[in-house]
Amino acid sequence: MTDPKKLGVEAGDDVPARDDRPMEPEGGLSRRDLLTGAAGAIGGALLARVGTLEAQGASTTPAASFAATPQVVADPTKVPGLPTSAVGARSPFEMPARTPVGAIAGSSLTPLQDLEGTITPSDLHFERHHAGIPTIDPARHTLLIHGLVDRPSMFTLADLKRFPYVSRVHFVECSGNGRAVFRNPTVDTTTPQRAAGLSANSEWIGVPLRILFEEVGAKPEASWFLAEGGDACVMTRSIPMEKAFDDAMVVWAQNGEALRPAQGYPMRLLLPGWEGNSNVKWLRRLELGTEPWMTRWETSKYTDPLASGTARIFSFVNDARSIITSPAHPRTIGKGWQNISGLAWSGRGVITRVEVSTDGARSWVDALLHPPVLPKAYTRFSIPWQWDGSATQLLSRATDETGYVQPTRERIVAVRGAGTDYHMNNIVGWRVAADGQVFFHGDT
Amino acid sequence: MRRVSGILVVASLAAACSGGTRAETGEPPASGRYDLGRAATPEEIAAQNIDIGPDGADLPPGSGTVSQGAMVYGAKCASCHGLRGEGIPPAYPALVGREPREGFPFGRDPKAVKTIGNYWPHATTLFDYVRRAMPHLTPGSLTDNEVYAVTAWLLAKNEVISGDAVLDAETLRAVKMPARDRFVMDDRKGGREVR
Repeated sequence: MTDPKKLGVEAGDDVPARDDRPMEPEGGLSRRDLLTGAAGAIGGALLARVGTLEAQGASTTPAASFAATPQVVADPTKVPGLPTSAVGARSPFEMPARTPVGAIAGSSLTPLQDLEGTITPSDLHFERHHAGIPTIDPARHTLLIHGLVDRPSMFTLADLKRFPYVSRVHFVECSGNGRAVFRNPTVDTTTPQRAAGLSANSEWIGVPLRILFEEVGAKPEASWFLAEGGDACVMTRSIPMEKAFDDAMVVWAQNGEALRPAQGYPMRLLLPGWEGNSNVKWLRRLELGTEPWMTRWETSKYTDPLASGTARIFSFVNDARSIITSPAHPRTIGKGWQNISGLAWSGRGVITRVEVSTDGARSWVDALLHPPVLPKAYTRFSIPWQWDGSATQLLSRATDETGYVQPTRERIVAVRGAGTDYHMNNIVGWRVAADGQVFFHGDT
Repeated sequence: MRRVSGILVVASLAAACSGGTRAETGEPPASGRYDLGRAATPEEIAAQNIDIGPDGADLPPGSGTVSQGAMVYGAKCASCHGLRGEGIPPAYPALVGREPREGFPFGRDPKAVKTIGNYWPHATTLFDYVRRAMPHLTPGSLTDNEVYAVTAWLLAKNEVISGDAVLDAETLRAVKMPARDRFVMDDRKGGREVR
């Protein structure tokens, strides 16, 4: 019998706030092991540990890539280096990893604290699926468009690639991102990955959905369409037609190559700025109609209860959010200059301002926004900071082009209620202890 | 013709355009169509068109009783969702429960447990979801009669229909869920106001 807890149904939008830190698997290789190795005695011991890892079935961790890594020598200028290879691997000194792993119906989170710039490496893009990742043969996969159209049509991937295409950089973010720390703001061992890792940012290539709908002759009375995935839960979401004629796309490529299976290979719907679940992966069907279908994922899930005794439905847009990704738990910092660096994004357009406080919200200063600053995309911000060694708090607060300012947790509770669900984008930050240890600070 | 900015026109288009002006300026064909893909057959559409909207118009023939549903549930569902639909939290949320009898406390109380009976707005959603996605390890394996039956059992356990009810397209369509009128359209608009 499969262990239900392993399957993790619906746990995916609500990951435990406590960090299980699988980055360095027990008994696995750590950065320290390698550094020690670099200083001297390694060789057989290192290779033996690699063998142990493989025997433990550690293929789900980046440590598996060590199998192909030769020993680290004391002076790399004195021996020839590695030959060419078919597929590159990260430096053995870098071990970014999604966590948790192994969920058939659940999620893994992007390791935000390990990443630079704005593009999320595709193999570290967070995962969220409700019935596992299907393996789909692109030669057999089709996209059906029917319903209120003049010409019900079938398109292959090859067909789609013959349409005019666009390239866009956008984030994808689960509307459950931040729920764990909204519910448990005082778990101070939370990492950026735990706090906001149900999001990622990619360059996407695809055909504007408007072009496909014009191709099949969408009828003017169509006001909603249903998007359906080809996974084992045959995921469905109802989407207003306005989004199709705004910026929706059917995409087949991500960051220079075909979509990763976990991101919807061979094709997915991309609704820039809208909650991840509505960006239906493994897209197989679009049906045009006049009313929403009220699927399970837009009624019993992904609705936002309010204190007024109602629940918000079709709350697609992800409002502005930011998070400092460095320094962050579990790092320890030293006195003197460092960069405070982080990410900000808004589902309503461009980020116009990120303010950083280094004194627990008593004062705020504008951070530098690193170009390109794109709509509905990650924006990297940073600000140099000289730490004097006294305990303090670091916070960030984003503003978008509509004038929306990222709220405090207290504000969200006040306007929606403490039990509200999804779209918790409140200000979070980090408490720096006098000894330089950095801890999560989620109750602003 | 609407002009499409920022669009690259594939090379094959150039051959179709006399003088090449449309290709050069990135304009779509005058017809608005690229003549790609092919017509979908009625059989192909029927094979995938399994969705059931809240009007229940596409509900299939067949029927099921609450007692038949108890058999289906016990055999196909209880191992994950519990013998009485109580769930195995947090992985498998509860399916059955009408507490609280009055009100809709979920926005105020993070501990309030959402169930089919106290939160789901449409009974048709239950049929649609069970048919497409359940049982979790063998999705899509239930017959339409079994789906009607297990839907009936879940609605009866949630005290939405009586224990002797028979569900078919007509009776399922007529079910009004307790939380039917609790849902409001998203009213966030960006700007200064946090909603």
